[in-house]
This record gives sequence, C-alpha cells and structure tokens, in this order.
Amino acid sequence: MAKKSTTETVTAETMATQQRDISVSEFFLKNRHLLGFDNPRKALLTTVKEAVDNSLDACEEAGILPEISVDIKQTGNNRFRIEVTDNGPGVVRAQIPKIFAKLLYGSKFHRLRMSRGQQGIGISAAGMYGQLTTGTSTRIRSRIQKAKKAHLIDVQIDTRKNAPTILLDEESDWLPEFNGTGPDGKPLTPVNYTHGTSVSIEMEAAYVRGRLSVDEYLKQCAIVNPHLQLHYRIAVSAKDIQESDSKESGAGEAQTGDWITLFRSVSKVPQQPGEIKPHPHGVELGMLMQMLKDTRIRTLRGALTQDFSRVSSKTALEICEKAGLSPKANPARIAHHEIEVLYKAIGDTKLMRPPTDCVSPIGEDQLISGLKKEINAEFYTAVTRQPSVYRGNPFLIEVALAYARESVDKSVTSDEPARVMRFANRVPLLYMAGACAMTKAITSVNWRNYDVSQPRGSLPVGPIVIAVHMASVWVPFTSESKEAIAHYPEIISEIGLAVQECGRRLATFLSREKRRFEADRKRNYIAMYIPHLALGLKQVLDLDDKQEKTVTSRLIKILERTHLDT
Amino acid sequence: MAKLKKTLPRTSATDLPTAIPRKEASKRIVAACEPIYTDIVKKTRKPVMRFPVRSLANVKYDVKKGYFEILGRMVARTLTYNTVKTFAQSMRLLATTKNDLIDKDDIAGKREIYYNSKSWGECRFDEQPESDTLLDDIEAMLGVNREQLGYIPEERGGDVAGPLTVIDRSPSTGEKIRIDCSRLGSGAWSIPSRVEHLDFECKAKFILAIETSSLFQRLVHHMYYKKAGCVLVSMSGVPTRACRRFIRRLADHSKIPVLVFTDGDPYGYCNIYRTLKVGSGQSAHINRFFSVPQAQYLGVTPQDIIDYDLQDATHPLEDADIKRAKDALKNDPFIKHHKEWQQALEQMLKMGVRIEQQAFAKHGLNYVLDNYLPEKLKKKQFLP
Repeated sequence: MAKKSTTETVTAETMATQQRDISVSEFFLKNRHLLGFDNPRKALLTTVKEAVDNSLDACEEAGILPEISVDIKQTGNNRFRIEVTDNGPGVVRAQIPKIFAKLLYGSKFHRLRMSRGQQGIGISAAGMYGQLTTGTSTRIRSRIQKAKKAHLIDVQIDTRKNAPTILLDEESDWLPEFNGTGPDGKPLTPVNYTHGTSVSIEMEAAYVRGRLSVDEYLKQCAIVNPHLQLHYRIAVSAKDIQESDSKESGAGEAQTGDWITLFRSVSKVPQQPGEIKPHPHGVELGMLMQMLKDTRIRTLRGALTQDFSRVSSKTALEICEKAGLSPKANPARIAHHEIEVLYKAIGDTKLMRPPTDCVSPIGEDQLISGLKKEINAEFYTAVTRQPSVYRGNPFLIEVALAYARESVDKSVTSDEPARVMRFANRVPLLYMAGACAMTKAITSVNWRNYDVSQPRGSLPVGPIVIAVHMASVWVPFTSESKEAIAHYPEIISEIGLAVQECGRRLATFLSREKRRFEADRKRNYIAMYIPHLALGLKQVLDLDDKQEKTVTSRLIKILERTHLDT
Repeated sequence: MAKLKKTLPRTSATDLPTAIPRKEASKRIVAACEPIYTDIVKKTRKPVMRFPVRSLANVKYDVKKGYFEILGRMVARTLTYNTVKTFAQSMRLLATTKNDLIDKDDIAGKREIYYNSKSWGECRFDEQPESDTLLDDIEAMLGVNREQLGYIPEERGGDVAGPLTVIDRSPSTGEKIRIDCSRLGSGAWSIPSRVEHLDFECKAKFILAIETSSLFQRLVHHMYYKKAGCVLVSMSGVPTRACRRFIRRLADHSKIPVLVFTDGDPYGYCNIYRTLKVGSGQSAHINRFFSVPQAQYLGVTPQDIIDYDLQDATHPLEDADIKRAKDALKNDPFIKHHKEWQQALEQMLKMGVRIEQQAFAKHGLNYVLDNYLPEKLKKKQFLP
C-alpha cells in the first residue's frame, strides 16, 4: 500500500463547486481549429467560405439567380474587414441576431436535404472569431423582398449563454449593390437589387496567395456553380502579401483592389433537390431515441412509417414483431433498453434503399464547362454516377478530368502530381486533401493502366486536373470545419469507379494522340527521304524534272497508304 | 526480308582477267534502276531491290572450280517505311558511282565516298560502316567488284620479295616500269590496290604466303627466297582483296604452287587460309576473282607442335578460338569437305592449345628457316 498522501483529498462537494455548464460557444472558442479558424490565414478563407455558402443556399432555396460580392479590405496590421453581399431573399428582422450570433442555430440541421451548410455553426463562428480577435461586432444589413426599409444590425455573441447581444438595431435605405469588371477590363455599371443580405466582419487574418487562397476558393466556387455571378476584390497593403509558393502565378491578381467578376455561364437556378426523412439504417441509437421522444405520432408503428423513409406499414409491423414491442405502443414511452432492441431489429430488417432523387448532380456538361474556365486543356471528360447510398444516406459522385499540354497551359506540368479539386455539395474543399476520401480514391486507382505515370500510392503525375464532386443529403466530413470527406468504403468505391471511367477515356485519348503523333513522325520521315530517292533515280536514268516530281508524289502516296493507316 | 530463289548469271573464274569494261558497269547501274522507276510510275507499286545473300549459308564449295561459289538465294529489299532511308541512300550512291566515278573515269576511297555523302543533307551516311555495307550491297547487286566501279581499297595490299620482276606502268605516261623484287635490299615491294594491269617475269618454284610481317622480315633478312627459290608474300593477317588477287594472278601466270604459313590457330586456318584459298561468305559474289584455289597449307599444324617439341611454347585456346573451330566444323563448307582439316581442328581442340609462327625461336632464332621450312618442303605433306 502506498503511504498516506499528504495532499488534501478533494471531496465530492468541493468538486461540485467547480462543475458547471459549458456553453457550446465556449467550447468552440477553445477548439477553434475544429471550425477552421486555427490560423489567421485560414480564418480569412473560412469566413468567406461560410458567408458565400449561406448566400448560395439562400438564393437557390428562394429560386433566385445568385449574385454575390466578396470585398476584402486590410484595415490594419493583420486585420481585415470581410464583407459578403448577396441578392438573396433577405432575413426577417427577428431571425437576424440568432442566425449570425448563436452557434448551432439554423434551418439545415434538422432535415435531410442536399445543401452547402449543414450545422448552423459557420457564420456565427466567424463572427465570434472576429469578436474575439478584434473586439468588433458583426454588422448585418438585410432587406427582404417588398420591404420598405432594410435593417441594419450590429450583434455580438455572448459566449457564456450562446446567445446574441444586439448593439445596434435600426432601419435604413440600404440596397444591395454589386460592382464588377467586364471582360474588357472596364468597370461594370453598378447593379442594385431590392432584396439581399450583407454581412461584414472584421477579424485578425492574413492574406496568402496560392492553392489555399481566397482567390482559389472563389474560382473553384465558380467552376461548380456555373449559375453564380461572383464579384470580388482584395485590397491588401503591398508589404503584407505573402507568397505561399513562389511559382504560383495568376492567383493573386485581385490584390490591386480592383473588382474581378466571374461571370455566370448558366442562367438557370439548379433544380432544388427534395427533402427526405432519415433512412432507418442511417440513424444512430441516440438519434432514434430523440426522434421517438419528439414524434407527434401516437403509435410506434405510425412513427416508424411516417418519420422515416422506406418503412412501409408492413415493414414497421415486422420491425415491431422482431423487437417484441407492440405496434400500438406510445413511442415516447418506450423504455431505454427496449429502444436498443428496436434499434437492433431495424438493423436486422431488410429495407429498400433510400430514395435518391434528393441528390442533384451538377451535370457532366456543366462540370466540363466549369473546368474550361479554369484550364485550357486538350481533353475534357466528365462522369456523373447514378446515386448510391452510404449508411442510409443517398449520395452521388461526379468526376471531371482535363488533360492539358504544358506548352498551352502554364498552370500544369507533366512532371508534377495531377491537380485535384474537391467539391462537396458544390462547395470547394481546399484544406486536408491528404485526409480526404476523394484523394484516397484517386490514389487507389492504377493510373498506369491509362498510360499515366504514378509513383506507388500517390497521385498520378502529369498535366492533369481532376475535379471530384460529392452531392449528398449529409456529407460525412471528418471535422466540423468541413475540409475532408470521411473514408466510407461505399463513397471511395463510387469515386473510384467514376475516376476509372474518366481514366479509360483519357487512355483512349492518349493512345489516339500517340498514334497521330507516330503517324506524323512517319509521314515526315518518309517525306524527308523520298526526294533523295527520286533525285538518285533522276541522275541515273536522266529523268526530267517532271518525271522526278511524279516519282516523288507517287512514292509518298504509296508509302502513306500502307504505313499511315490511322 | 523475303528470300527469293533466283540464279545469278555465273561466270567462270578464268574469263574475267581484267573484268568488265566501265561502260558495261554503267549500263548495269541503269539496268538496275529502270525496273524501280517502272514499278513506281507505271505500276504504282513499291519498288524492290534484289541482292544475293552474302553469307556462308549461300555458298557452296565448288571443288572443281576450287572456290566458294555463290548460290542463288536473294534478298529482296522492298521500299517500306523502314527501308526508305537505305533505299534513298542506295539510289544516291548508285547515281554518284555512275556519274562521278564511272562516267568521269575517276576513283574514290570508301572513306571519301562516306564524306562525299555529307553533301546529301539528311540522306547522308552517319557512320562509314553504313556506306561500306551499301557498297557491298551494290557490288553484289551489280555482280561487279567495286574496284571496277572506281573504288579503291584504303588498305595496302601486302609486301613481296623474291625472284620476281613486276612490270608496272607509269600512271601518267603509260611507260613500262620494271621492278626486280630480288633487288630491294632489306625492304620489299608493296602490292598496289589495283593489280589487274601488272605483268610478271618469274623464275620462282613456288609462292610462300606468310601471316606475320615479323617472320617475313626474318626470311627477307636472311634472303631465304634465294635459298628456297620462292616469292615471299607477307599478308599481315587476313589478306586484302588486292593481295589475294595478286597471288592468284602470279600463280596463274607462272603456273607455280602457293604455300601458306600462318599461326597454328583456328583464325589462321579458317579465316586467313580459307579466305585466301576459296574466298569468304561475305564476298561470295566476287570470290571467283579473288580466290586462290591452288593454295596449300604448310603450317603450323597441330601435329607440328608434337613433331617439333613445341608443347611448352603454346598458349591455351581461348573461348573465341574454340567457338570459331566448332563453328567451322559445323558450318564451313570448305572444312566440311576436307577430312584432313576436320582432323586438324579436332586435334587442336583435343590438345587445347594454339601456337604462333614465332614459336620455333625456342630452338634458335633461325631454326624456322634452317630446319622447319626445308623439312616441311621436303616432306610435301601439306593440308589441302
């Protein structure tokens, strides 16, 4: 036995004095990396990303063709003001503080529907980060359709209570205004809308060029949202521009402070995907308990059929029998251990796969036209797979591939790994590529089959750009900052199949190229020596120039006929 | 490449002393090119060049004629993507040969022709072996040896000493020049690259052809040719075309035998002696000019090693020697015809050694001319 400790033992009572509620806000304040605010550079990107995601979701849900402007201005040493404006439906006055200054408040968490945002954390977290690093508040302007006035509201978040504190609340004549630059380089006439929202946050941040920059994010955003008209400008004091990698070019044109416009190429709002109820096989035990507790249906059998998808009345009865529960039991009163049995019974029951019309693809043609904006390639292809299911959640994979010539597009090289662009529900994913299921699927494909070199277990090497898009009612990210997709075998397999199809088409293209190249080489070779043969004959046989020409043209014809059968 | 059965017009060895006149060679070139032109322009098909196959597989040892006679196997070189360069080069080489050499009565060395091709642009020869090979092809295709087309060999023919007067002519005046090969002191007369125009006055009883020039010099130094009454010829390895032609013409002219003295190894037997006597596979198409059917082999034979107690002056056979000997036993039509040669090679393989001409120095520097050669000549036991 150990010697009796000299330190005072802590009693349960003293411990109790230290035990108290932890607010979500406080938790995230201490774990800001989970939300994508681990460093100033990433904070800037995450803020833009969350604001743009929200704007796009709002516009699409309201059936409005989105026009968004992103204005980034340096306000001091390591300080930036980020203002994102959209022409969305606006937010009603009462909801504004909660949406922008309360974590885990949103419309998207409680339903299964394909959308960019999921949890209702993003934009509030950005505001909270701004508040924490600069002490300023988040300013929101919003005007809803047909309203006489716009609202101007400054909010902060009370991190203890996870509740908004309103600092300013007034009406104004604000109209969302969009400035831009035309393809000719001249400024566009400013455009005003009668509805829209603008959010402005000042925070400690850093602007860095390169593959992980705001510019890159916005460009990729335009690739997968061809219906989006996007304007952005980044005004950074020259000495504060940081180079992420020296060879990077073109990603930072915006630092001059001029507006850049990425025009929309499609004038149709994507069809709004339908909403589905959870599939029983995708529901965890805790979630099942909560759903049964909250349901308004009075019988277990009814709750199973109406709150879940793909459970018929007959299947519900089968589940109840397997679980040994009465179909008429009150779902809210089922005991804990009984729910466990029920959960197991659900797992043992064969169910139809969830409906898949709730995921909508970008589409092969639109993906390709998006890629064409980004890279000047010789070969483009895209594959949209049929929807599939992981853990009860429908999802769909799309892959586009472009093969460029180094001489034509300077952004690719033949001795570097392929560039991979990852998208989830039309949102570009820039960070944590190595941890992502998409990267994993691409590296698992044997690219040598397609005549593309590939170091063991790595990305293929060559002037290739691969874009992967996953659309799902619930994208399984590895963390709340939504940067990498979790390694579900079903997902990796679907991506692999799409990538392989693109690879096969690339191989066909490459072999055709090779044949054409070979034929050109042969044609040149033949054309180089035939005149000499004719000249020799001419000299021996005393032919005239016309006969010599006949020999040359005949021979070229004869040889090309038999040797250039392409 | 397709091998075709077609017979070449054969000419016997004796009816080609000064060979084909230049006009005839020029005509043959035109005749070779005409069907090519017809194929291209009139028949619109790929033209073909045909050459006799130049290898041991396409020769037969004609005992009556005494040399390797070429058989009728032909190679057809059809114009294709792969042969277009060679084909073009052949045409340009034929044109140069006809227009610049034959028609202008000029001469050129193989290396000069290689450099001449540098003016052909991308059609030029990159290395001399390429033009040498094509020249051999053309020679075979036309059935004319290249000396008659105006090509002169680069290498010297060989050295001669002995009771022989060579009658040459001055290249400019045509005046007769008499060279007494017994009055050249410690030096020797060099065989020129072309020997067709030479005439001879010869009192010798036989010709002794020697592989190495060091032994030749020893014999000249001690004026062995006077004592034995023979013409000494130094071949320095495999004899050149000019050397072979010279020995042949001299032997024919004076009706004297030819004896050959080489190192006792497979190279000396199968390459030097065999080539001198019956020709080679590579030059099968011209063997009738260049073989010396009357040649006989004096030594050094494997039996000589035993008879002259030279076992301790030998070297072990190297892998290349063994391979050469076995190959000859299996494939060489000349060796396969003569039992004596098969026995000699078998004996050598069994003993596992080879011997050099100079090995007789073991018994004294002049043992070879005081003892070995006189004894061998007296016994007259030569290999065929």
